[in-house]
Amino acid sequence: MSGGRIRLLGLQALVAVLVIGVWHVGSTVPVGGGYLLPKFFFSTPADVGARVWKLFADGTTQIVGCADPIDLSHLLSTSDPCFGKTVWQHLLITLTEGILAFVVGAATGVALGFWLARNALASAVFEPYIKMLNALPRVVLAPIFMLWLGLGIWSKVALGVTLVFFIVFFNVYQGVKEVSPVILANARMLGMSERQLFAHVYWPSALSWMFSSLHTSVGFAIIGAVVGEYLGSAAGLGYLINQAEGTFDTTGVFAGMAILALFVLVIDGLVTLVEKRLLVWRPPAVGPA
Amino acid sequence: MHDTPVGASAVARYGDVDLARGDAVGFRRVRVAFALSDGGSYPVIAATDLAVGAHEFVAIVGPTGCGKSTLLNLAAGLLAPTAGQVSVLGAKLTGINTAAGYLFQQDAVMPWKTARDNVAIGLEVAGMARAEAVDRAQAWLERVGLGAFGERYPHQLSGGQRKRVGLAQVLIRRPKILLMDEPFGPLDAQTRQIMGNLLLELWAQERKAVLFVTHDLEEAIALADRVVIMSAGPAARIIGEHAIDLARPRDASEVRLLPRFHELHKAIWSQLRAEVLKAYSGGAA
Repeated sequence: MSGGRIRLLGLQALVAVLVIGVWHVGSTVPVGGGYLLPKFFFSTPADVGARVWKLFADGTTQIVGCADPIDLSHLLSTSDPCFGKTVWQHLLITLTEGILAFVVGAATGVALGFWLARNALASAVFEPYIKMLNALPRVVLAPIFMLWLGLGIWSKVALGVTLVFFIVFFNVYQGVKEVSPVILANARMLGMSERQLFAHVYWPSALSWMFSSLHTSVGFAIIGAVVGEYLGSAAGLGYLINQAEGTFDTTGVFAGMAILALFVLVIDGLVTLVEKRLLVWRPPAVGPA
Repeated sequence: MHDTPVGASAVARYGDVDLARGDAVGFRRVRVAFALSDGGSYPVIAATDLAVGAHEFVAIVGPTGCGKSTLLNLAAGLLAPTAGQVSVLGAKLTGINTAAGYLFQQDAVMPWKTARDNVAIGLEVAGMARAEAVDRAQAWLERVGLGAFGERYPHQLSGGQRKRVGLAQVLIRRPKILLMDEPFGPLDAQTRQIMGNLLLELWAQERKAVLFVTHDLEEAIALADRVVIMSAGPAARIIGEHAIDLARPRDASEVRLLPRFHELHKAIWSQLRAEVLKAYSGGAA
């Protein structure tokens, strides 16, 4: 590890220490008979840490009356009497919803993006509707999806899809439209048919645009899942946070937020790995952002 | 074919295109105009006749914006003439010119394919088995001096190396006609001369017909059998041509030191100069 990298990590850690330090002091050191950050509203870093630890520890030790330690086949079954005893189950529910939302949203986005980019008439016909739908705050769709699809995971997946779809759609559309005309002319001169142009030029170009938005779209898939859970569900990280809020359990809310933040960091790291592997041909820090 | 007197404006040569004669590329009364948004049209090329012999290396020089690249796009079939006819190997050209390889001014290799895959793709899309196409691509990379760079992606190569990949990508398909649009334009002077020699060497082996567009007169004289001069646009036309009677094989850098080279340069430049000045004074778009 280079000196510059160590320095950067040190500075990053310093920011965390400062924020947590201010929070700790404000919530535990009395100032003139009160607290700057009262526990009821802000909890304390130590309490939140302990709660996060407990949530994970409970899930990894013996739970009375349940399989030891976790019965994988029942992990996703909300009707199982042991469900909800471990935070892993909630994480897994949110992860499942996020992945499904991403896969469905990306697949439809790629398909429609390609179709509209290659079909001028269809593009012109659908343009106002796509703009209209994209301008709609997606949260207002959540109640509709719950009516249609129930309180299970599919209403959350649907919400995530509406977020992921537009990001992928616009990027693929752009990617196909903005294929370099020189590369296209060259490919034609090399004897490519329309089908071969698709496989060797349009597809890689569109994919590169899609992958460049991978962080955003994966993030939105998770957001869709969590917001959906928050608005009405029986499982998932959003549900955990909503439950804690319902009992004025500030520590629980913060613990849920901390877990969600860590969860997103891990997923973002995985996305970066995938991206490095798939976009190996692209020069660093250049290209569509 | 190369007996046109130097300095003479060989009107008879380009005014008398015979499509049946088996020229590699023929332009007959070709005119190109682009439609403008206000309903008018912008004339790019005025009625032009030009023929490129089956094994002839023709360079087109002219000021910036005179429509040199438009001529190449016509020969490539990427653009249809507004009037007149383009013929290839004696037949009227419709659609893409499949007998031609086109080396573009800008980088045209696919950034998402390695150098080797970029070279192999022309054979693969023609139906050759991938393993064989890749083998041949490797052989071509070696011919252009990039044998050890097959696994590199274009962004990991220098500008000159990318041009070599482009050259191999075009030549591996063994086109009968080679169209080149200021292919070495963005390269530095030394690399240009190295690329020029590489081109001459490869050309000498197969003697394809070459239509080479450049704004660099010295490069044109060093490489070509015949230099054609285009006027400044709009409505550019051919205003003269000169046979280059320098002996082959040539060295693209050493040939510039010959007294004959200077004579030719002087003769052509005297004709080209006025057009370049016209272009600079705002005549060109």
